[in-house]
Amino acid sequence: MFTIDELVQPESLNEAAAILTDSPEVVVLGGCGFLKLGSRRIGKAMDLSRCGLGSIEENTEYIQIGAMATLYDIEINHSINSLFNGIVSKGVGNILGTQFRRCATIGASVYSKYGFSDIIPTLMVLDTEVELLQNGRMPLKEFLDKPITRDILTNIFIKKDDRQASYQNMRNASADFPILNAAASKAGNQWTVVVGARPARAQIAEEASRQLSEMTEDTIDAGRIAAIAAQELSFSGNNKATAEYRQAISQVLVKRAIEEVLSCK
Amino acid sequence: MQIDFILNENKCCIEVAPDEMLADALRKIGMLSIRQGCDTSCCGLCSVWLERSPVLSCTIPAFRVHGKKVTTIEGVQTEAEKFARILAAEGAEQCGFCSPGFIMTVLAMKNELQNPSDEAIQHYLAGNLCRCTGYMGQMRAVKTYLEVTAS
Repeated sequence: MFTIDELVQPESLNEAAAILTDSPEVVVLGGCGFLKLGSRRIGKAMDLSRCGLGSIEENTEYIQIGAMATLYDIEINHSINSLFNGIVSKGVGNILGTQFRRCATIGASVYSKYGFSDIIPTLMVLDTEVELLQNGRMPLKEFLDKPITRDILTNIFIKKDDRQASYQNMRNASADFPILNAAASKAGNQWTVVVGARPARAQIAEEASRQLSEMTEDTIDAGRIAAIAAQELSFSGNNKATAEYRQAISQVLVKRAIEEVLSCK
Repeated sequence: MQIDFILNENKCCIEVAPDEMLADALRKIGMLSIRQGCDTSCCGLCSVWLERSPVLSCTIPAFRVHGKKVTTIEGVQTEAEKFARILAAEGAEQCGFCSPGFIMTVLAMKNELQNPSDEAIQHYLAGNLCRCTGYMGQMRAVKTYLEVTAS
């Protein structure tokens, strides 16, 4: 269990930014579900729940998800459910129980760049951007690749387009972290294949995505593409699965994801 | 730090530490129905309502309920007893350790979902573990309860 010596609760993002500048050591709290599994000693913690970041809004171009929106808010949001074959809701719906998903926040899930994340692969196959208080707005992939350590994620933007998408995962037990997950999407002729929980952070299978994008639907061999993805990405072992097992499972999950996208009309 | 909230329809004002979880804070003031089983956010034993939605009180920091409404099973005793009797009649009650959290989640589900399918019930209740009875008896009890209360 973590400990906190001092808690600050800014009432606005401007106040939060000032705290971040004045106290570089401050730890921004999300849902605290993962934090409580460890024994971190936190001197100063910042709670953003009074900064108005809990809403999910929509305009003609984007769905905007506030960083403090819970995974359950996302799971049951009608607009999000109606897009992309419901991939975002499916991605979060497997995470523990209803009560946990009402505690966990999307901001912490994404900002922390967890390798085991279910939500990051689903967002990666969509046209997703993150908005950071100090570093501004950028594509999710760029954020994941950058070593940003001192900032606050305020919003996530998902572009509304007509892409079809699929999310697949495998767990040793339903209430456990995934031992592997995969997602695929198709927008026009552009395919994106992502594999996560390798157990490292989710990554785009660039070569598999490129080859897939060059094929016509009737020439796609999902098994061959899945094998390419399994070869180009690296896998490691931990107490949940070996690297070899993950690599083998990735072929199954990627193949299923591609086939599910192909079956969407 | 001091937090003010509504606990089971009564105003409540308590001192909590910044790293104190809601489950600990509530047990400290006598809400002993709240059980702590796994302490890893998996078992659902500590479920309470925050603004009528079920949450894990072991995972919510106590300071987050400031100004909000918290309900434990002590606050819904009549409805809880109705369901608990069905639970016992269906053989879905053994040691009873998981019951308060399970009942809170079932009552919340009844308020939230209209005519849920078996799959929707299982999905909603997936975060409540029971190591005694298996889940078939619980499923029968939930469906009977939904039928009885709908009529």
